[in-house]
Amino acid sequence: MDSFLQQVVNAVSLGAIYSLFALGYALVFSILGVLNLAHSAVFMTGAFFGLLLVDKLDQPLWIAAPLAMIAAGAVSVLLEFVAFRPLRRRGAARMSQLISSIGAALLIVNLAQLAFKPLWGGTEAYFPQGLVPDQPIVIEALSLRIVPIRMIILVIALALVVALQYLVMRTRIGQQMRAVAFNQRTAALLGVNVGRVYVLTFFLAGLLGGAAGMLYGLVFLNVTPFIGDDVALVGLTAIVLGGLGSINGALVGGFLVAAIQTFSIAIGGSSYKNAVVFGLLFVLLLARPQGLFGQSESTRA
Amino acid sequence: MSLLRRVLVVLLIVALSAPIALVAQDEEEPQMGLWEACADPANLPEVVTIGAIFGQSGNISVYGIPQSQAVALAVEQINEANYLGEGVTLEVIYEDSAGANEQAIAAMTKLVEEDGVVAVLGPTLSSEAFSADPIAQENGVPVMGVSNTAGGITDMGEFVFRNSLPEASVIPGTIAQATEALGLEQVAVLYGNDDDFTISGYDVFVSALEENEVEILGEATFARGDVDFNAQLTQLVSLEPDALVVSALAAEATQIIVQARQLGYEGPIIGGNGFNSPAVLTNAGEASDGVIVGAAWNIASPEALSSLFSEAYEEAYGALPDQFATQAYTGAWLMATAIRCADSAESADVRDALAGITDFASPLGMFSFDEDRNPVHDPVVQIAQGGAFAVLGAEMAEE
Repeated sequence: MDSFLQQVVNAVSLGAIYSLFALGYALVFSILGVLNLAHSAVFMTGAFFGLLLVDKLDQPLWIAAPLAMIAAGAVSVLLEFVAFRPLRRRGAARMSQLISSIGAALLIVNLAQLAFKPLWGGTEAYFPQGLVPDQPIVIEALSLRIVPIRMIILVIALALVVALQYLVMRTRIGQQMRAVAFNQRTAALLGVNVGRVYVLTFFLAGLLGGAAGMLYGLVFLNVTPFIGDDVALVGLTAIVLGGLGSINGALVGGFLVAAIQTFSIAIGGSSYKNAVVFGLLFVLLLARPQGLFGQSESTRA
Repeated sequence: MSLLRRVLVVLLIVALSAPIALVAQDEEEPQMGLWEACADPANLPEVVTIGAIFGQSGNISVYGIPQSQAVALAVEQINEANYLGEGVTLEVIYEDSAGANEQAIAAMTKLVEEDGVVAVLGPTLSSEAFSADPIAQENGVPVMGVSNTAGGITDMGEFVFRNSLPEASVIPGTIAQATEALGLEQVAVLYGNDDDFTISGYDVFVSALEENEVEILGEATFARGDVDFNAQLTQLVSLEPDALVVSALAAEATQIIVQARQLGYEGPIIGGNGFNSPAVLTNAGEASDGVIVGAAWNIASPEALSSLFSEAYEEAYGALPDQFATQAYTGAWLMATAIRCADSAESADVRDALAGITDFASPLGMFSFDEDRNPVHDPVVQIAQGGAFAVLGAEMAEE
């Protein structure tokens, strides 16, 4: 029982990172209807710029974190201009945009590899310890030990989700985003600047992905050009589980995947964690093909 | 001054200076290589080319980059000293395996079949060696692992060598000494179950624990590339073991140490060879205190050649060498020695000369190959204290 509660804490903090990452996927998919598989590379750039600012440029965390998020947002916007927009303009199939995003991801990871070597002498670097309080909070009665950063990421993740929900549901630009998501042509006829909405969507997705990457780096300290690889699959699973294009679904999906992984490791070992996640995903999709929070295409947005 | 007195003075000066000269001769810096045992080669071409396959990118670059640097340093010294004879240069073609078996295979194929190298050093990981070494074996090119510690490496064939002490040689000593020093009765085991090196380490740990009558309370596994070990560690720490026994590579080892401490585990963490990198101590910081690891080499080694190597490496690269660099450096010298002793750039001759090397003074100590082409020299058990490794027995004595 003691270790059960500790495992819940482990799952929740991991879930916060997964959810934040999955939100970026979901946001782009809900607006463009296409998967941006370079989102994992954007996640990595968040961690990369965060580390660069903290480790090489000696910036305090409160400056480095937002700057890293903005940098990741900028990389994401660049992706829209280079990997998506030209294809969209030529009326290319969505599959081409998907493949284009895979190519862009490889390119970004390889560029990061080139940058890592002169900066850190290899392809592995570490956030300095002690940037955030690392003395665990001990709750003796429950035999719980909670490392502060794991709760901080939960708070940050939830705050960003609330902010995103507010932006999408309560603001004029959010209204425009939903209009574009519903029907790009109609939105354009109503005077919505569709191109601007796309740019904003990619920027927001990049901010969220970058924040997830930065937090991932702060929790696990270790940053490599390849840290996006694992979360790429997890993020996809989270949005399919939650319901493609659903923001709430991505949030819940992220936490669910983290919980399934954590408890399958505790029970059966790490080798089977992804098999268990996908096994449950298959079962769920058989019962509910649109995912937990998904809606049919006609009612989306 | 009479002639007789002059002669006496000269004799006195000579008599007095003789012991000084002898002392000076005694203090002469020891030198790598079998200079006396093998005559200067006369039949070598102007350039002798060998290959080196190390993981210089990806998360195994923590081993591969120091290995490449150490080989480069050794080759520079070998050429400066004309170890292969006047006018003969040893050259190295470096290839990056990136921790990927298929990349190691491609690199080995290129070196052996296209570049026609005399011999190969590497690859870095045991799993890469299992994939790539058969190509060297088939082509009759000697290959020497300088960091392959899994069981069965040299079983691949008579052209496969290694100078890295296998886990099977180091771990039993580590567990025996740790059990005696710390009074271990019950431990929990965590290991990577998708890598030849970590699985092999786990197997040896289990049999060593059984031999020392230490009970295994629980086991958990992880996969290479994992970064979150909280689920496994929560489970293992709740069993309240006397020690955590971990078979992992450096990248995972660092995370495991840090996260175990964050979960409140304060006991010893006994690791395999993967823990044996200064990077693990640096990156894990204070959390690494109490990490115990057996090793082929320690920076505190009293060997004169070890100190000389450490100084030269630090001067060249601005950082102290680790065990992997030391083994790579020794490996390059061993390969050059085989070429010198064979007096031939034919791979088969170099293989035979390599297999015959015994009592080779090196930074690892007095080194020999056994009949199975595995290394023979004394290992050392270390404990991390204040960010550095100390010899386990010595550390206990100091307290």
